[in-house]
Amino acid sequence: MSTPSPPGAAAQDDARNPEALVEVDHVVFGYEGSPRIILDDVSMDFGRGKVTAILGGSGSGKTTLLRLIGGVHALGSGSIRFDGELVDRSDPERLFALRRRLGMLFQFGALFTDLSVFENVAFPIREHTELPEDLVHDLVLMKLNAVGLRGARSLAPSELSGGMARRVALARAIALDPMLVMYDEPFAGLDPISLGVVGQLIRKLNDALGITSVVVTHDIYESLKIVDYIYFVAEGRIVAQGTPEDVRASTDPFVRQFVDGEPDGPVPFHYPAKALSREFARAI
Amino acid sequence: MRSEVVTWALRRIGERTLNSVERMGFAARFSLAVLAHSPAALRRLQLTLREIYFAGVLSLVIILVSGLFVGMVLALQGYDALTRYGANESLGILVALSLVRELGPVVAGLLFASRAGSAITAEIGLMKTTEQLSAMEMMAVDPLARVVAPRFFGGVVSMPLLAALFSTLGIFGAYLVGVRLIGIDAGAFWGNMQAAVDFRYDIVNGIVKSVVFGIAVSLIAVFEGYNARPTAEGVSSATTRTVVASSLSILALDFVLTVFMFRGIGV
Repeated sequence: MSTPSPPGAAAQDDARNPEALVEVDHVVFGYEGSPRIILDDVSMDFGRGKVTAILGGSGSGKTTLLRLIGGVHALGSGSIRFDGELVDRSDPERLFALRRRLGMLFQFGALFTDLSVFENVAFPIREHTELPEDLVHDLVLMKLNAVGLRGARSLAPSELSGGMARRVALARAIALDPMLVMYDEPFAGLDPISLGVVGQLIRKLNDALGITSVVVTHDIYESLKIVDYIYFVAEGRIVAQGTPEDVRASTDPFVRQFVDGEPDGPVPFHYPAKALSREFARAI
Repeated sequence: MRSEVVTWALRRIGERTLNSVERMGFAARFSLAVLAHSPAALRRLQLTLREIYFAGVLSLVIILVSGLFVGMVLALQGYDALTRYGANESLGILVALSLVRELGPVVAGLLFASRAGSAITAEIGLMKTTEQLSAMEMMAVDPLARVVAPRFFGGVVSMPLLAALFSTLGIFGAYLVGVRLIGIDAGAFWGNMQAAVDFRYDIVNGIVKSVVFGIAVSLIAVFEGYNARPTAEGVSSATTRTVVASSLSILALDFVLTVFMFRGIGV
């Protein structure tokens, strides 16, 4: 288990690290009009062909990082490179071209509710290609078959369970054979069977399609089973990182609290407040 | 203590003013962006036709039934007033001019804002809340071109058609009450109407009004939906704002347009 600095330092020395598909380099970010810093000098590398997890509590800046990689928000400072190319919001055409090479699975699928399962998966293909309808049909069925839902093609999103919706969204995310797939809380709210299915799909699709995966989650147990590398994020900073073996053997207090599910520790149980004596003394 | 209250009040006023100016600026930029995406909406004719169906065809029942009843009530009240001056055969003129110039575009606009405008806002707001717009953006598909522009054009095209149907059903309602129920001569009813209603001055001006109202309601509806806070309460507030802002805009625009269009009235 290592300290937070190494990947960032590597990215700083050589911003075109060929091993990494995505290089996040000293990124600082806060939402416009808010004094709160969401990401504070964060540096990470996401290796090509690897499944990397970003773990951390709610509100630690994990999802924001995915959005920054997709160029949804402008960075405060620092840089993000995707396949060696700077993610730059000031050039919309280049940004859209870059986005065509990545797929994202949103927390609850974000399926288009006015389209069927088939049409949802066909959506990116129809938007970005001029393929004949027969080929679109076959491509969509292949993607749905890969997630085990070929038979559900005619269903509406409202007829799907949470796990099925996540799988359809995954089929849609890989519809254009992207280089990178980002998963935002793919395990949230799933029953154990669906959770295992989605976890295995992430790993198998990553290896079979030769893509790179970034999984943002707070599910440590599922992550340890499927990922190659883990970053722990708390209050906008990387507090620990390592392979699943490193995490299991770690004595780092934050990692231990996260792995063991302790209510109090480096992440405190209480929201910051005045001292008890100052609050309760007022009644005396 | 007093200076603190004054400072607080000034700060609140300043904050609200800045927010309003920022919102107006954003609305202006948004409107320009929607217009800039118009060619995209026309290229995606299938999507625009679908929105015409949702905004126009599905609003037909409320528009037709309202038009019929408004025309029937107008005939009853108009007959009562005209009889006092012995001009009850002018009922056709009264009803037709009222509907074509004012009531058709205005009432149809108000109904359109409540029925279709609120639905457009709620739909776009919910798409934002459930991250469908974000998903589209991440798929390199511009939501302004795919979601907003077709809905805007669907509204703009539907509104004049609905206003025309409202006026038509209103005149038919007046015919049922005036001619069939009260017994005014059918020839006088239709003949006076035909002689008094001018195509360019009355009908075209009425159509222009309904097009302007369609643009206003559709822009407000898509803007409020796109700008809604992504929560249940945010979508609910945005829907309410659409109905209130659209209704007030229609009434204010109607006054301004009437001043310019019908100068002979006396202004």
